[in-house]
Amino acid sequence: METVKLTIDNRQVEVPSGTTIYKAAKLLGIDIPVLCYMDLGDMNIENKPGGCRICVVEVEGRRNLAPSCSTNCAEGMVVKTHTMRVINARRTIMELILSDHPKDCLTCAKSGNCELQDMAVKLGVRNIPGQEYAEMSTYKTDFSPSIIREMDKCIMCRRCETMCNTVQTVGALSAVNRGFTAVVAPAFEQDLEKSPCTYCGQCVAVCPTGALTEVDSTPKVIRALADPTKTVIVQTAPAIRAALGEEFGMAPGTLVTGKMVAALRQIGFDHVFDTDFAADLTIMEEGTELLDRLTRHLNGDKKVKLPILTSCCPGWVNFFEHNFNDMLDVPSSAKSPQQMFGAIAKTYFADKMSVKREDLVVVSVMPCLAKKYEAQRDEFKVNGNPDVDFSISTRELAHLIKEFNINFADLADEDFDRPLGESTGAAVIFGATGGVIEAAVRTAYEVHTGKKLPKMDFNELRGMEGIRSATIDFDGLPISIGIAHGLGNARKLLEDVRSGKANYHAIEVMACPGGCIGGGGQPLHHGDSSILKARAAAIYREDAEKPIRKSHENPYIQKLYEEFLGKPMSEKAHHLLHTHYFDKGNKDVFI
Amino acid sequence: MAKVKSLADLKKMKEQLQSKVDLREKGEDPESRVQIKVAMATCGIASGAKTVMDYFLEELDKRSIDAVITQTGCMGYCYAEPTIEVKLPGQEPVVIGYVDVKKADEIIEKYIKNGELVDGIIPMNYNTIDNQ
Amino acid sequence: MHMLVCGGTGCRASASDAIVETLNSELAAKGMENEVQVIMTGCFGFCEKGPIVKILPDNTFYTQVTPADSAEIVAEHIVKGRKVNRLLYTDPENKEHISDSKHMGFYKKQLRIALRNCGVINPENVEEYIARDGYQAIGKVFEMGAQATIEQMKKSGLRGRGGGGFPTGLKWEIASKNHADQKYVVCNADEGDPGAFMDRSILEGDPHSVIEAMTINGFCIGATKGLVYIRAEYPLAIKRLQIAIDQAREYGLLGKDILGSGFDFDIELRYGAGAFVCGEETALIHSMEGERGEPTVKPPFPAESGYLGKPTNVNNVETFANIPVIILKGAEWFSAIGSEKSKGTKVFALAGKINNVGLIEVPMGTTLREVIYEIGGGIKNGKKFKAVQTGGPSGGCLTEKHLDTPIDYDNLLAVGSMMGSGGMIVMDEDDCMVSVAKFYLEFTVEESCGKCSPCRIGNKRLHELLERITKGEGTMEDLDRLRNLSHVIKDSSLCGLGQTSPNPVLSTLDNFYDEYVAHVTERKCPAGQCKSLMQYVIDQEACVGCTACARNCPVNAIAGDRKKPHVIDTSICIKCGACIEKCKFNAISIQ
Repeated sequence: METVKLTIDNRQVEVPSGTTIYKAAKLLGIDIPVLCYMDLGDMNIENKPGGCRICVVEVEGRRNLAPSCSTNCAEGMVVKTHTMRVINARRTIMELILSDHPKDCLTCAKSGNCELQDMAVKLGVRNIPGQEYAEMSTYKTDFSPSIIREMDKCIMCRRCETMCNTVQTVGALSAVNRGFTAVVAPAFEQDLEKSPCTYCGQCVAVCPTGALTEVDSTPKVIRALADPTKTVIVQTAPAIRAALGEEFGMAPGTLVTGKMVAALRQIGFDHVFDTDFAADLTIMEEGTELLDRLTRHLNGDKKVKLPILTSCCPGWVNFFEHNFNDMLDVPSSAKSPQQMFGAIAKTYFADKMSVKREDLVVVSVMPCLAKKYEAQRDEFKVNGNPDVDFSISTRELAHLIKEFNINFADLADEDFDRPLGESTGAAVIFGATGGVIEAAVRTAYEVHTGKKLPKMDFNELRGMEGIRSATIDFDGLPISIGIAHGLGNARKLLEDVRSGKANYHAIEVMACPGGCIGGGGQPLHHGDSSILKARAAAIYREDAEKPIRKSHENPYIQKLYEEFLGKPMSEKAHHLLHTHYFDKGNKDVFI
Repeated sequence: MAKVKSLADLKKMKEQLQSKVDLREKGEDPESRVQIKVAMATCGIASGAKTVMDYFLEELDKRSIDAVITQTGCMGYCYAEPTIEVKLPGQEPVVIGYVDVKKADEIIEKYIKNGELVDGIIPMNYNTIDNQ
Repeated sequence: MHMLVCGGTGCRASASDAIVETLNSELAAKGMENEVQVIMTGCFGFCEKGPIVKILPDNTFYTQVTPADSAEIVAEHIVKGRKVNRLLYTDPENKEHISDSKHMGFYKKQLRIALRNCGVINPENVEEYIARDGYQAIGKVFEMGAQATIEQMKKSGLRGRGGGGFPTGLKWEIASKNHADQKYVVCNADEGDPGAFMDRSILEGDPHSVIEAMTINGFCIGATKGLVYIRAEYPLAIKRLQIAIDQAREYGLLGKDILGSGFDFDIELRYGAGAFVCGEETALIHSMEGERGEPTVKPPFPAESGYLGKPTNVNNVETFANIPVIILKGAEWFSAIGSEKSKGTKVFALAGKINNVGLIEVPMGTTLREVIYEIGGGIKNGKKFKAVQTGGPSGGCLTEKHLDTPIDYDNLLAVGSMMGSGGMIVMDEDDCMVSVAKFYLEFTVEESCGKCSPCRIGNKRLHELLERITKGEGTMEDLDRLRNLSHVIKDSSLCGLGQTSPNPVLSTLDNFYDEYVAHVTERKCPAGQCKSLMQYVIDQEACVGCTACARNCPVNAIAGDRKKPHVIDTSICIKCGACIEKCKFNAISIQ
């Protein structure tokens, strides 16, 4: 490999050519401050527009200061990162950015978790000269079912654009206007709701300030808890337990399932259930649908649509409703686990408890912001009453725990309630990319072949590659499986399917990079892929430790079918657990 | 139009075109041919060069003066637009600024017909590469 | 016979009207009024030695003529045919009298290379271009070969005329060395400086020169496609360029196998929407690609990765217009013109408080004084010269002490301004330099793309500070802030726009600091331009107490008893000027 030698702050370093000054400095332990820069690690995507200019350094012989995040090292370069000139520029730029940023930090959703705030501290900004006559940019706050855009707080780092356009290829956000009024927004500064936004929340996950935040549903949850006429139950998605600990200073990958259950009980939920239960149910329905389509296909039915696409991920559902509206009959009709849970809770469970539907409040804790939108979809309501009343993110749950004076770290482990709290290892792995399809394979294999699985771990389906494919031997029948996570990868895979270039029997798609563990509602990971990997490892660890690891062996699922649903894909199951999709057009085409 | 196939073709074409221009300038009846160039860049047109050009086309025809009227680009005298260049046969070209219809009439009657200069002449103040 | 009397503003001020009168009466006295005609002309541009009288047809050029000289001129020159030697121009070097203006050094001040065909040929007729050696340069280039042509370009010393001044030959060489299946030649015709129109004039007057040069460029770097990025606000230039392209295709001078060389080249037009920043080459390329027109960090330079990621050479219109002549006349011929480091000529759009507003082309190294006083005919209305602003909205304001600076890239940079694309705006004693700086900042605030924070927010803050100062609200600290902010914006902005936008502030601070201080400490605008700083005052001695002013004041700001001096309450006065108009005693003044 070709290398270059250079000097940074009087110290020599040799780096591969093409390395930026910022990264070379890092090798020397020099932390040049960066604000707009974002490194998505293994995805090999960097956001380095060179826009904020906080990372400028002095390069000998160069007329002006160089942005270290986007300037490559050159042989013999002499770089200085903390001269008077640099410090003055950096501080002045920071003062400029702050001069156009609201000062209501005390009540900002990002307070204490704001990169701009941290930078102001690091650079020692103590006052903003001329603030009293500095005009500030003002934009209308945009409320959507999942995401709030408060663009007065936007610093034009453009990370959200990178996520929305480069990573997710959704194309809802881009810079509009010029000069002082330049801002990131949907085309024509429309509301997010009128854009092709999928509410995946990846923009929120990378926003360094409070410009993009989730809709906070905790006040509504608190009000419901305080209402003596309501029975309030909670479901928690598989990915929560692998990340919630981070909000309380624990290392990424710490499993906090037991503490989480204990905390939810202390908060006052009447029953603490697990979305994993519904994940097992999803496998029953989706797995059966897969086998049904597969059998019909093998029997020569030309009308059957293959591959079957998973439909657990609401961001993904929104995405294909916008972008693949010619393929609406391809995804599985199975509802997502969140919605299956809601549907069962407000029928089967409500009946069991003799609670009226209106008096049962279902709260979900999701790693996801699109779940908020999903819960509000009209088709998931009965007489206006939603199956899932409120969906809160992992971050919102952490706030709730703190607000309820709970010392999370010291909690003793507790168990989920029955019957909707029992789950298998297959359900837990829903949280990581490839997990849903692995869970489906475990059940489909045994149902199809009638034989016991020789091994439980399908390592060929795991990993962090954006697009993966594997062939699983169903006792002589090769089943071809595709996996994509991140909507950009999903688009690629689906376009190949649409054009006939790729042939699969089943495809799993997760909108967020890494799957739900990297969801838009999770503790912020700032693109650090090692955090994602640790969370995934935790998920697979929990799976391995579970006594039951196949969905169809979940005794409470078996009981649910016996007592209530009949069999998978029965008429009742179809009514409660399946849905249909809508053509939302490609709204980014305005002309 | 046949395509120009080589540099030699191009040079031949240039010679022909130049002699055509020369002919136009030194023609058999040199006393009767007048050349007028109207500066028709955006600046000229904005100040009324189009009207002036139309006027010359119409009036010279009406007054039976054999003249070649062409448009050309900006001469650089933006302060005095519209500007025109009048070249009487065998004489140095003269640039006249602030030309409107009234002035154009004066130019035809005084300068073109009788060789009397009119007010508003802009002295040429630059060198060209042709003189180098 | 004709006698031409200069009727330029300068000569008129020194009695050229009277000269016409006396010449006419002298001629009448000699009975020659019918043979000799006295004509008043436009400015000869030699105001220093005015008034000028030129006699035709013998081209005798008399300088500093007075009405008293008329008799002698008529008696000697007209009647006896003898030149009046004492009125002839004396060559400053050899002290000889020169009678013929064609031999005077003064008329060599302007040299038209880029503008050689403008105002000479009919731009809509390719044959007129061919008649003036058009397209012979491309023929010569085919014979010389690409390598030798690039060598010629390098030897010529031609530098980019768009503002940057990068050596054109070197730019071509870099683009030629990058290998790719497709390369592009781009002509930057996004002329955005307010008041600058040299590129438009070239495209309107001589479009084929640009087409020919782009073809040469294509051949040299191995590109077969050319694109002209032209502002949609230039309809005539677009029309003429399109006609020229069509004609060139018809004559086989564009398209396949040009002049039997086997080389293919064609040109397409792309329209810009008039964003100033799109003149920056990376922003221009993004705009052509259909992306947001904002610059990206260089490297990579377009020569490596430009339009659609392919090696691209971008030159501006004026640069291209020089090229065919350089090829035909040779690098030595070209490099003999101009200054040591800046070869050839530069076209300027001369504007502002100057008599001969217009388009001029002078060899590099010509002084500002020569341009302003000799070619430009001096300051309008006999006012005093105050400053000249070169380089468009982000150039600096130069003063009296810079007038003898030879104009070239490096000299202008050294004195705090720049060549830019060639705007030159002259200001007189009535111009307030703080307001001038504010005016330019208004433009850059409007035209910043908003990508980097120093330019997006910094320029806005600079403008706000200037606004305060012109309103009399500024402090001495504000002046320090202005300077620091300007330096930081220049030092840390992403592209040329921000790196130069504070130039008007810094150069006026350097050259007119007293004027700033007057605004701040005395709350006075020395040039009398800043309305907020003006005060209407009634001279207590001159006022007779007629009450006319008080009766006409629309806001009742004037008080006083009849027949006693009145006073204006400046806190109420709206500075409308009604009182001054009504006062018959000149008792009211603005201070």
